[in-house]
Amino acid sequence: MTAPPEEKADAPGAAAALAAPPRGALRESLYFALRNGKLLFGLGVVLVLLGIALIGPLFVDGSPTAYVGPPASAPSGEYWLGTTMFGQDVWVQFVYGLRATFLVGALGGGLAALVGMVVGFTAGYRGGLVDEVLNMLTNIVLVIPTLAVLLIINAYLGVRSVGMQALFIGLTSWPWAARAIRAQTFSLRSRDFVDLARLSGVRTWKIITREIAPNMSSYLFMTFILLFGGAILIGASLDFIGLGPADGVSLGLMLQNAAKWSALQLGLWWWFIPPGAGITALVGALYIMNVGLDEVFNPRLRET
Amino acid sequence: MQRYFGRKLLIYGLTFFVAVTINWMIPRFMPGDPVRNMLARANVSQPEAVAAMEAHYRNLFGFDLPIWRQYLNFWAALLRGDLGTSVWVFPTPVLDVIMRAVPYSVGLLVPAILLSWWAGNRFGAFAARRRLLDGAVLPVGYVLTATPYMWLAILLAWALGIVAGWFPVAGGYDFSMRPHLSWEFVGSLLQHWFLPFLSLFLVAFGGWAIGMRNMIIYELESDYAGYLAALGAPQRLIRRYAFRNAVLPQITGLALQLGVLVAGALVTEIVFSYPGLGYLILQAVQNSDFFLLQGIFLFIVIGVLVANFVIDIVYVLVDPRTRAGMGAEAA
Repeated sequence: MTAPPEEKADAPGAAAALAAPPRGALRESLYFALRNGKLLFGLGVVLVLLGIALIGPLFVDGSPTAYVGPPASAPSGEYWLGTTMFGQDVWVQFVYGLRATFLVGALGGGLAALVGMVVGFTAGYRGGLVDEVLNMLTNIVLVIPTLAVLLIINAYLGVRSVGMQALFIGLTSWPWAARAIRAQTFSLRSRDFVDLARLSGVRTWKIITREIAPNMSSYLFMTFILLFGGAILIGASLDFIGLGPADGVSLGLMLQNAAKWSALQLGLWWWFIPPGAGITALVGALYIMNVGLDEVFNPRLRET
Repeated sequence: MQRYFGRKLLIYGLTFFVAVTINWMIPRFMPGDPVRNMLARANVSQPEAVAAMEAHYRNLFGFDLPIWRQYLNFWAALLRGDLGTSVWVFPTPVLDVIMRAVPYSVGLLVPAILLSWWAGNRFGAFAARRRLLDGAVLPVGYVLTATPYMWLAILLAWALGIVAGWFPVAGGYDFSMRPHLSWEFVGSLLQHWFLPFLSLFLVAFGGWAIGMRNMIIYELESDYAGYLAALGAPQRLIRRYAFRNAVLPQITGLALQLGVLVAGALVTEIVFSYPGLGYLILQAVQNSDFFLLQGIFLFIVIGVLVANFVIDIVYVLVDPRTRAGMGAEAA
């Protein structure tokens, strides 16, 4: 195989982030991070939502699926976001659903990042036949439409849970991350400090974790954020098709129920607006945070 | 160039092989008896009908044969175009059920993908480095790409369909009509098509606009742009060159995004009860119609593979470097 193409699609920020001096780099990043509006805004929204998901369930009483109030009542002091057609409290569902959504994002995105890193590092560092085979695998998983695979797996799977969903999302959404990491590793592996480590007899795995990974840590972190957001969106789509967790709630399931029981036709806007708004706010904030991070780590983007 | 296409075709061939194998494996290696599961969850009441269906599906799966025979038979049936029988509309062959839905899905997806790509790129390129516009494009674009497809679809259906009453919100054409060729029917088709199209278009548009904006800024900072500017070339010319370079990764991006776009179309169709593949999936899931689900899976995979190949050809046409064999196999 010829030398890998320079993939422009892979965050241009990475190259500059690689060149950042190690000493004081953290302090410098922090300096710019605290002055970056996009990063602060995105992080703020994510943290607020995380707070709701973490401590919210402690403050609401009753199960999210319990029938507590009058059916189809508009938002009021007692039921902040109104009730569903069956008298379930939308706010309680939202709080628990947000928790499930975070869980799918963190587990699914985390697993995808892990697989992507292992494949990307191995392929990029080893090169040769290993690279060839892993590349082929990556390309195959990349082309197969993820949702379609998840569809049949989930349909046949009798018991469905948030964990299972995250597992399968993680196992199918890693390819682009693997390719991006591979390209970065490729450009790093012939640097002097890596050669030096290799000459001193450091083992391969240690070179990857100690020499290569830290030099693209910002890039890896940004990849994780994107995978996190992606996992949330895929999870929500699965829920909406009716292949969500069989027990419990999630934001996607709320949307599904609202659509299924014709909340639109009945005008129950408080049933279908909050869950979608929650997902959009969370994923949008993650993306905007990523742009901010890119500017923090990449000096060339800063002055704009 | 031959090597480029050879490689691509090899990957697509392998992908198809893997997809078919997954399709074959999942019902056989998942816990439980697939036939029993399927019929238990399907809503069939008469016991005789269930017995007949069970016999039919046992025969289709061919569990009494050795496993390699089952696998070969599966391929043989597939190559004959036999995807099994639907449970939901028993005993219609799955292929027929799918074929009725495919035109709707294609009619929705192809215009939405092409137009959003084109418009998003144009708009993103225009907005880049223009203070006011850029400031607005960025947040709006990111919010749009972060929107779950079905949610935007629900919002549009509610706002433009139910509250404003401008568009119908369910079905592929008016329920009182039968499909035939007349202006009235075509008008009804278009009316039902518009909202699903719009919601797909908007979400995808945001992503392309942002991608293009970032790419153009990257290109405008490159050496050739600086050189042109130093020569005193007009800004418009520089931007045109930047656009040409920036569009290449966007073509690659289109190939990468296909799966996401198809997924978006599926859930959008469900919101609007639009009679395409997405709506079929919902029916298949609700009725535990696994054969239908698997058939749709194969169709989606084939569609995405064909689209990928078309994009590869376009890439070669657009980027002369791939033709000259200078590497640049970015794909």
